Amino acid sequence: MYRDLDPERNSYILGARAFKAALDDAGLRKEDVDGLAVMRIPDYARMAEVLGIRDLTILNNFGGAGRMAGVTLTYAAMAIHAGLATTVACIYGNDGRSVGARYGGGEGAGSDTAMFEVPYGMTSPGASVALMYQRYAHLYSPPREALAHLAINNRDNAALNPSAVMRSPLTMEDYFDARFISEPLRLYDYCLINDGSVCMIVTSAERARDLKQPPVYISAAANAGDVADQYTVDDFFYNGLRRMADEVFPAAGISQKDIDLANLYDNFTPTILFELEGMGFCEQGEAGSWVSAERIGRGGELPLNTSGGHTSESYMQGWGHLADCVRQLRHETGERQVVGAEHALYCCAAPLSNAIIFRR
Amino acid sequence: MATEPTGTPYRKPLPRRNKFNTPYWDGLSEHKLTLPKCNACGFIWHPPASPTCPSCLTEGDYEFVELSGRGRIWSWLKMHQRYFAAFADELPYNVVYVELEDRPGLRMISNLVDFSDEDLRCDQPVEVVFDDVTDEWTLPKFRPVAAS
Repeated sequence: MYRDLDPERNSYILGARAFKAALDDAGLRKEDVDGLAVMRIPDYARMAEVLGIRDLTILNNFGGAGRMAGVTLTYAAMAIHAGLATTVACIYGNDGRSVGARYGGGEGAGSDTAMFEVPYGMTSPGASVALMYQRYAHLYSPPREALAHLAINNRDNAALNPSAVMRSPLTMEDYFDARFISEPLRLYDYCLINDGSVCMIVTSAERARDLKQPPVYISAAANAGDVADQYTVDDFFYNGLRRMADEVFPAAGISQKDIDLANLYDNFTPTILFELEGMGFCEQGEAGSWVSAERIGRGGELPLNTSGGHTSESYMQGWGHLADCVRQLRHETGERQVVGAEHALYCCAAPLSNAIIFRR
Repeated sequence: MATEPTGTPYRKPLPRRNKFNTPYWDGLSEHKLTLPKCNACGFIWHPPASPTCPSCLTEGDYEFVELSGRGRIWSWLKMHQRYFAAFADELPYNVVYVELEDRPGLRMISNLVDFSDEDLRCDQPVEVVFDDVTDEWTLPKFRPVAAS
């Protein structure tokens, strides 16, 4: 993950770097890989060409929306489970900072549906989440500090993560002194924009036994949709997430109390609250009161976003969260280790939500 | 109601007419808020960007009907970020997500106008007003009304 920008960097170079590192980490050769699933990389065929891999039975591009990260990993597992591939490399490459990626604004009317919003100055996913959080706050009156706890917790974990982009301390005062972007959301509620890449290689449990690292298993996965063209959803994804929780926990043979850490998608801090409620860690409307520094910190009841999340580690659109689940369960995260972690949850609340339970 | 003094060019993003949305923009020019209503099942949808009823899938069998123009603010925000140069001297400006009374869940993005600070709140009743921003385009905006 990179803090700076470099016009020589592109997502193919970044993706190749991550792929090579993942092969080395696993003790695999590229000839062992028969599936390729890319995200945020424009052309899957170009990626395969850059890597010099031609014999693939699985080859997909999952696009650039962060909700697809868990979906990509789930798809890799499904393909192996169905016998369509043996070893699938999921590669995420993002040169957003270097190319000056913007998430909002633009010229003209926009798409056939955006034209009903931009004339009023409405734009950006952050504004959609701001609308949801404003309504949530009207219904449930969370404490004023609710989002601040999430932003500060992310920063506290990033401080112990050498790969993180933002590591300097963040206090409650810093949080409230920072400017509004889409009020009620402030600067530290927003994810970063930075370059980076992540590669995760998925294979069967049987094959993993012979590889270099102790395996971490995808114990269960589920998706749930509440899909419309606009991002704002009137139950804040609660019903979709609930359906998902009712599938994924029984499938893994565990319940919420067995989760040792949860890496929850946070393009903007409020989605963490939505994910906590929908996945059944607290009652609907209660997450704002439920989150406290003690509860969600590394030694707490439910450590959250243990590598720093999107607001402090980097914005790898879910892949940093997924990779950290694996590292935590390998017990290799040093100072920021959740001691004795056995089960980790990844969840993203979105028009297509996804949840994955990992285990040792 | 114009928001620009005479002679100042309008620089904010403007929509684009196409085959499906033209009746909506034409209605607004006549100071009417209209949306497509399916003749087969009665469903009203927004945005008016498709000829297919998203409830019963009937294609191309709908009329643009005039709405009551009344609703409530489902949610709101104040935009402090300069995403659009043309909004720069209004920062922060409000955006509202209005639920129209014509159907539960029928919501549209707009701006609140002619209001006091306490009106910018969830569940505030509102009614549509028509902003003739240019000779060619009229945008629906909303102003607070007393609860009925």
